[in-house]
Amino acid sequence: MVTLGHYLIVSGILFAIGFAGVMLRRSLIIIFMSLELMLNAANLSLVAFSRFHVQPSGVPDYNAQVFVFFIITVGAAEVAVGLAIIVALFRARQTTHVEDINTLKF
Amino acid sequence: MKSALPWYALLLPLVSAGAITLFTRRLKTLSSLISVAAVLGSFVCSCLIFGQKGLSAPELKWIDFGTVFTVPFGFVLDDLSRMMLVLVSGIGALIHIYSLGYMRDDEGKSRYFAALSLFMFAMLGIVLANNFVMLFIFWELVAFTSYVLIGHWFERDAAADAANKAFFTNRIGDFGFMLGILLVWMSTRSVVFADIAPRLSILTSHPAFLTIAALLIFCGAVGKSAQFPLHVWLPDAMEGPTPISALIHAATMVAAGVYMLVRVGFIIQASPSALLVIAWIGTISALLAALIATQQSDIKRILAYSTISQLGYMMIAVGLASNEAAIFHLFTHAFFKALLFLGAGSIIIMLRHEQNIWKMGGLARHLPITFLTFVVGALALIGFPLFSGFFSKDTILALAYDHNMPIFVVALFTAFLTAFYILRLVVVVFFAKPRSDAARASDESPLVMTGPLIVLALLAWLGGYGFFARHFLAIPHEKELLLIVPVLAITAMILGAGLAIALYRNRTSEPIEVDLLRRLFYIDEFYRWLLDWTQELLASISAFFDRWIIDAGAVRGVSGGTWGIGALLRLIQMGNLQAYAFLFGLGIVALIYFAVFR
Repeated sequence: MVTLGHYLIVSGILFAIGFAGVMLRRSLIIIFMSLELMLNAANLSLVAFSRFHVQPSGVPDYNAQVFVFFIITVGAAEVAVGLAIIVALFRARQTTHVEDINTLKF
Repeated sequence: MKSALPWYALLLPLVSAGAITLFTRRLKTLSSLISVAAVLGSFVCSCLIFGQKGLSAPELKWIDFGTVFTVPFGFVLDDLSRMMLVLVSGIGALIHIYSLGYMRDDEGKSRYFAALSLFMFAMLGIVLANNFVMLFIFWELVAFTSYVLIGHWFERDAAADAANKAFFTNRIGDFGFMLGILLVWMSTRSVVFADIAPRLSILTSHPAFLTIAALLIFCGAVGKSAQFPLHVWLPDAMEGPTPISALIHAATMVAAGVYMLVRVGFIIQASPSALLVIAWIGTISALLAALIATQQSDIKRILAYSTISQLGYMMIAVGLASNEAAIFHLFTHAFFKALLFLGAGSIIIMLRHEQNIWKMGGLARHLPITFLTFVVGALALIGFPLFSGFFSKDTILALAYDHNMPIFVVALFTAFLTAFYILRLVVVVFFAKPRSDAARASDESPLVMTGPLIVLALLAWLGGYGFFARHFLAIPHEKELLLIVPVLAITAMILGAGLAIALYRNRTSEPIEVDLLRRLFYIDEFYRWLLDWTQELLASISAFFDRWIIDAGAVRGVSGGTWGIGALLRLIQMGNLQAYAFLFGLGIVALIYFAVFR
């Protein structure tokens, strides 16, 4: 029997993997993908909540699913903007490595 | 009987001062005439007031805070103030007239006469004031106008310095005076003399408090009447025009101190210890100034020290609780000292501003009227029998003889010195041969200057006689007149005079030089040292405070602290994107921890 706990554990593992990616990888593209992974981890937990929060009438709670749609939309928009920024950055610096992008310094 | 006369007497000089300042600045002759007219008007009013006993003037409500603090603008018109009124305006009028001659060609004539009028206004205000606050305000006004007048020739550094010195020294005394007034008000809740008198028991029940209050009030008189240790301003004030010296020294400014003490005598006399201090300060001043006067060579300075000495006599009288004797001497001194100063002024102007007595000599032939009147003044000063000073000085000496033997001895010795220094002056200035070209070419002064001299000479001669003076004051009746006092006084006088004549006849330079006296007992040097020292100390404390507390602590501390915190916080900005993200994540974790688990 798969319970809510299993879903949440998977979701947490995904989120942790995403966070570790963001923290540890050097390539901006990979970091970006890890970010998406974190978003999807959140989506997974929301969908799981929706599925397991069933009302007395037998209908699942759709509020969480609406959230998921919002996140997907925002994620899509983010990809569009983020990739554009990465392309622009690459054009300016000929690199997508975060170590080389350190002008946010005193 | 109500009358507005006192108001006229007081306000006429003020109107004159205002008119001159506002309208007739450029018309010098007109200005001087306005001023003279005003003071003459004031004199006439004063005489009319003097003639009417029981006169009262309408009073103005001025400051009114109910029972806490009420100051009327009112006049006191008892025998004392009516007599002073005549004296002040009379001497003032003579000096105004004399100034017409003395200041004839002066550039700042308008300014001079405006200030002179204002001075008369202030002085009459002191005489008329019926409460401490009014008295104090006019008191300060006198200090201010004397500052203007002493510094009349302000282009000369010495005059400007002397004016400053007079003002500052007076301020020191006045500060004490103000504290004294506040103490009296604090305990009696009144500043009006007539209201304080019935409430005196509040003060007398605290003898220490009363003594302090009385001595603080006396401080004001020490400054104004140039008593030791605040006497230093008076000799320097000789830098002003000579009529001003006469005015300040004779009847008005310095007399204000004595007058004030007599006016509040009922407070001071309630404290025996304060009286003793006053008497001794007077004695010390009298002796000190007379000693210094014997070695000065500037004619006006000799007279200035003589004034301090004579004021010392008045203080002795005040200190021996005899208002009448003090006022009597004030009265005769006003005449003969004004006479001596104006005589000196006449000499000075005829010798084209030469003040050194060793450059004069033989002036008896050149300035006969000045000579005769000056001699009358000198005789009155030394208390020559049948001249006014004889009577008043004898009264004080007899008083001292009765009450305090040490003071009597010192006062007697001072009388000897007085005769010595003034005879020295007379002998050196008027006899022998002229010792400078200016002295050889000198000539008698014009009538505007000799006229007042003659009037004053008559007054200086007659002013002391009972029949004349008793009209004016309640002279202490000579109870069982002690013969020994006048005999001793006359002996001292003859000794002093004889010694001076023997020593100084036909001399062309100072035969004996006492450095201590020539240098004024080093009092000025002492004050300079004291000022330098305290100033240095204060300055170094201030510098330390400024350098280490303000600069190092407040200013650099704040800037350095900000800079340091900034430098620390800057370390967080390492520029690594992932580190920022990590901190961001850490922040979120912390937020969640605090939001959910706490």
